Amino acid sequence: MSSAAYGDSATAAKLAPQVRMMDSPLAVSPKEAPVRFQISHLDFFYGSKQAVFDLSLPILANKITALIGPSGCGKSTVLRTLNRMNEMIRHSRFTGEILLDGQDIRRLEVAGLRRRVGMVFQRPNPFPKSIYDNVAYGLRINGYTGRLDNMVEHSLRRAALWDEVKDQLHKSALALSGGQQQRLCIARALAVDPEVLLLDEPCSALDPVTTAKIEELLFHLKDGCTIVIVTHNMQQAARASDFTAFMLDGKLIEHAETSRLFTTPSDPRTEAYITGRFG
Amino acid sequence: MSSLRLGWRKTLNAVMLTLTGVAALAVVSVLLFIFGYLLYHGGKSLNWDFFTKLPKPVGETGGGMANAIVGSLKLLLLAALMGLPVGLMAGVYLAEFGGTTFAFVIRYTTDLLNGVPSIVIGIFAYSLAVLPVKHFSALAGGVALGIMVIPVTVRSTEEFLRAVPVNLREGAMALGASKWRTIATVVLPAASGGILTGMLLALARVAGETAPLLFTAFSNRFWSPGWGQPIASLPVMIYTYAIAPYDDWHRQAWAAGLVLLALVLVANLGCRLILNRRGAIRSV
Repeated sequence: MSSAAYGDSATAAKLAPQVRMMDSPLAVSPKEAPVRFQISHLDFFYGSKQAVFDLSLPILANKITALIGPSGCGKSTVLRTLNRMNEMIRHSRFTGEILLDGQDIRRLEVAGLRRRVGMVFQRPNPFPKSIYDNVAYGLRINGYTGRLDNMVEHSLRRAALWDEVKDQLHKSALALSGGQQQRLCIARALAVDPEVLLLDEPCSALDPVTTAKIEELLFHLKDGCTIVIVTHNMQQAARASDFTAFMLDGKLIEHAETSRLFTTPSDPRTEAYITGRFG
Repeated sequence: MSSLRLGWRKTLNAVMLTLTGVAALAVVSVLLFIFGYLLYHGGKSLNWDFFTKLPKPVGETGGGMANAIVGSLKLLLLAALMGLPVGLMAGVYLAEFGGTTFAFVIRYTTDLLNGVPSIVIGIFAYSLAVLPVKHFSALAGGVALGIMVIPVTVRSTEEFLRAVPVNLREGAMALGASKWRTIATVVLPAASGGILTGMLLALARVAGETAPLLFTAFSNRFWSPGWGQPIASLPVMIYTYAIAPYDDWHRQAWAAGLVLLALVLVANLGCRLILNRRGAIRSV
């Protein structure tokens, strides 16, 4: 466990002995990192309207993968398919295969899948409960019986929010600022110790300073989990991600290491998009 | 010519403004008039005895309606126990689980039930809870009022649940919560202020119902222990006392009217205060 991931690594190690053993892959080069999610030939439909076309994409473990593309290109749809959130939408379906650690996500129990694959939404959505109860929510519904206090503190520390809220854990989460609320939502997702964290434009409602905080936070988090982030903001993708996938009209155009995609894109459409000619 | 038309339009505008204004004023003044009249007549007859004493035998002056006040509260408690859980759960069903056709049928039926005259509901409760045991009872009155509480509770619960933002539900589901868990731990608490208010308003509405109680709870000039005997209530007492030929009874009917109205107003204002303070839905 890299100490950089935690504010207080000594306690963190004690508090979370069950944190998975995914440290070793960090030592290897990006190209050899294991695949966490393997998306193969994904076609996604809202009713009769197809939103994603034959998309194949590996999501590498302990890396930050950014999905970029203009509005309506299907990047949020892909993200929400990974934890089967789209099942809430009537008449939506997908074909193709998505493997999480080699298991078909459709064979997994949906609650278990979502516990392993956490999600943070575009707009901060803290529950109208106390800060403490927000973070403890996922633990409670998953029947966690250990010391809640420790896990709440640990999660808030991982989300870089602990110092700001440690004296007001029992105040309403709605009293926090937008940026704090979003970090609280990250802490809430981290509390159940997910293997993957999905972020759907997490900074679009936040100011630049707060955005910078969250980006830095993501950088530290990737030691402990795999991150997939949908973003509208190309600078954000360029700054914060290891890999970038560019989508257009429901199709994957290009997927490469971020440094390469932004400097020497191989597809003219990628180049047109990242140089701001459309989108 | 054009200036004439302009003048006519200005006049018409003024006339319409006045008419609508007068109508609006009439709405307010009816309530103010009723309240003022009750305050005038009821206020001077209201005394401590009214809240603590039983009614006196015919011919004697004085006494109070302690039994009717307690009776009304007992009937409301029964109505709440019988009607609110059903209304709440049906509202949850409509808002969270209802398909399209079946939900439409339930919603429409609920609105119809809301429109059924209270006297008809009284007859229904009479045949359901009075005829089989062959005597009036608090329980029968509770059944009648309980039925009347249901439709309002269903619709207000549904409305407030629907107002809970989708992203709260998504937040809970994304943590692995089942649908039922999400509703019970996130959606219902978020809408609780509004739902409680809807329930209180429903109870306040039936607190003044007389017709369904006339042949279910009937009335009683004494204390009514337990739940199986006829029981006094404020609305029925008002009815009985107001049409009796005694001045002292008229006086007490006014007082009872004032107490009833005050109860309903306080419940109403309390609800609005709660709603304003917490926000109908605590939005994100």
